[in-house]
Amino acid sequence: MSLPKAAELPIGAVIPEPGSTRRNKTAGWRTLKPVIHDDKCIRCQLCWLYCPEGTIAERKGVFQVGNRTYDVKYEIVYDYCKGCGICANECPTKAIEMVPEAP
Amino acid sequence: MMQIQKTRWVEALTGNYATAYAVKAADVDVIAVYPITPQTTIVEKLSEFVANGELNAELIHVESEHSALSAVVGASAAGARVFTATSSQGLELAHEILHIASAMRLPIVMAVPARAISAPISIHNDYGDVMNARDTGWIIYIAASAQEVYDTIIQAYRVAESVNLPAMVAYDGFLLSHTVEPVELNDEEEVRRFLPRPVRPYTLNPKRPVTMGPLASPDWYYEFKYQQAVALKETYKVAKDVDALYGEKFGRSYGVLETYKMEDAEYAIVTYGGAAFGNAKAAADIARERGTAAGVVRMRLYRPFPTMDLLKALEGVKAFAVLDRAIMFGSPAEGPLYKDIATAMFIHGVDKPAVGVIHGIGQRTMYVEDMYKIYTMLRENPRKEVVFMGVRI
Repeated sequence: MSLPKAAELPIGAVIPEPGSTRRNKTAGWRTLKPVIHDDKCIRCQLCWLYCPEGTIAERKGVFQVGNRTYDVKYEIVYDYCKGCGICANECPTKAIEMVPEAP
Repeated sequence: MMQIQKTRWVEALTGNYATAYAVKAADVDVIAVYPITPQTTIVEKLSEFVANGELNAELIHVESEHSALSAVVGASAAGARVFTATSSQGLELAHEILHIASAMRLPIVMAVPARAISAPISIHNDYGDVMNARDTGWIIYIAASAQEVYDTIIQAYRVAESVNLPAMVAYDGFLLSHTVEPVELNDEEEVRRFLPRPVRPYTLNPKRPVTMGPLASPDWYYEFKYQQAVALKETYKVAKDVDALYGEKFGRSYGVLETYKMEDAEYAIVTYGGAAFGNAKAAADIARERGTAAGVVRMRLYRPFPTMDLLKALEGVKAFAVLDRAIMFGSPAEGPLYKDIATAMFIHGVDKPAVGVIHGIGQRTMYVEDMYKIYTMLRENPRKEVVFMGVRI
């Protein structure tokens, strides 16, 4: 990605439009990413509760996992997850694995 | 000079009152005031102007110099023409905001009657405060008379608003801030025509929302600092143009530096501020009577540094001295102006004997005889060295 040059930027580091933070993905410094192994997940909701960034999404629906049926599923929002690993640490069934990001 | 014309009149003013009159003429909108010696009489006079209805401005009494500069940062961000003033410890306390004002590209004008820095406490004049603020991205003028203070405050608004950078107008505390001189005042309507309110690129306006002072990650920060470096460098030409334009309109201009008997000078003293310049001129006269071709150069614009004008002024001299009124502790050369000139000459391949003289610290009296001694030193023993003068050692 090529970023604008000094002369192309507004002076004084002004952001000339409101709401631009919405476009700002904040996961840039993640080195390990959490991966949920859905077959081990018992839907206890602990990762969702503990995530300090609110980047675990709770999806409603009907989900068949092996011989069990759940009405909810947890997914990581990778645009904002910083990779802190709290979810993996808290998961009682070790269903979340921290995987190194591709360099 | 004393002839009163239709659009001009002369008042007997202190340097500080000259500042206040210039600020009134510039029709500022917001003034943040906090007392500190020797600056206080500026904002006292401005308070009087506002109370009398002579100046329609919002006068904010703040609780510190940090707040004073912060208040004018906010007001300037909202598009107001602003003013504040401080000295010494006040400038130190406001130091953090100096960087913010220049990086946010706000055309603030601030007067700084220069005063020594604690400890030990001194209310007297040297340039320790100004020199400590010299690399904060501000335009810095150092004036040498009450008249020049008046003219420079007005010029500073025009320059600052042209380049979107803040400007500091410094001058000798007490020696100039509290001494009375005749000052020719301009017609205020003429000043206001000279200072049209430019359309600022960005202001805080609910109808056109912008974010000012945001966080910049490593991918962005450097570009904004580069913009600032370029903007201050380009101010060199703008300051010259505005000074020339001011001269055309009001009949007084100074250049970015002032020279005295430099046309054929073999030995020169380079300095700044009123007291050092005045006494150096007197010493140059004596030296000339005694057969030494002596001259003086006074830096008026200190940031951006007028490198090319300075090199030109010193082209013909055999040796020169730089008289500094501040100490940079532990620096390869303790005089800040000396170090700037040494850097400029090194870059441009100029090599000549130059003595750095530190004097007038905490307003230690700089006698004309001391200045004369500098010329003798240059003539008899031209060298490269820093000398502490006027101190008991």
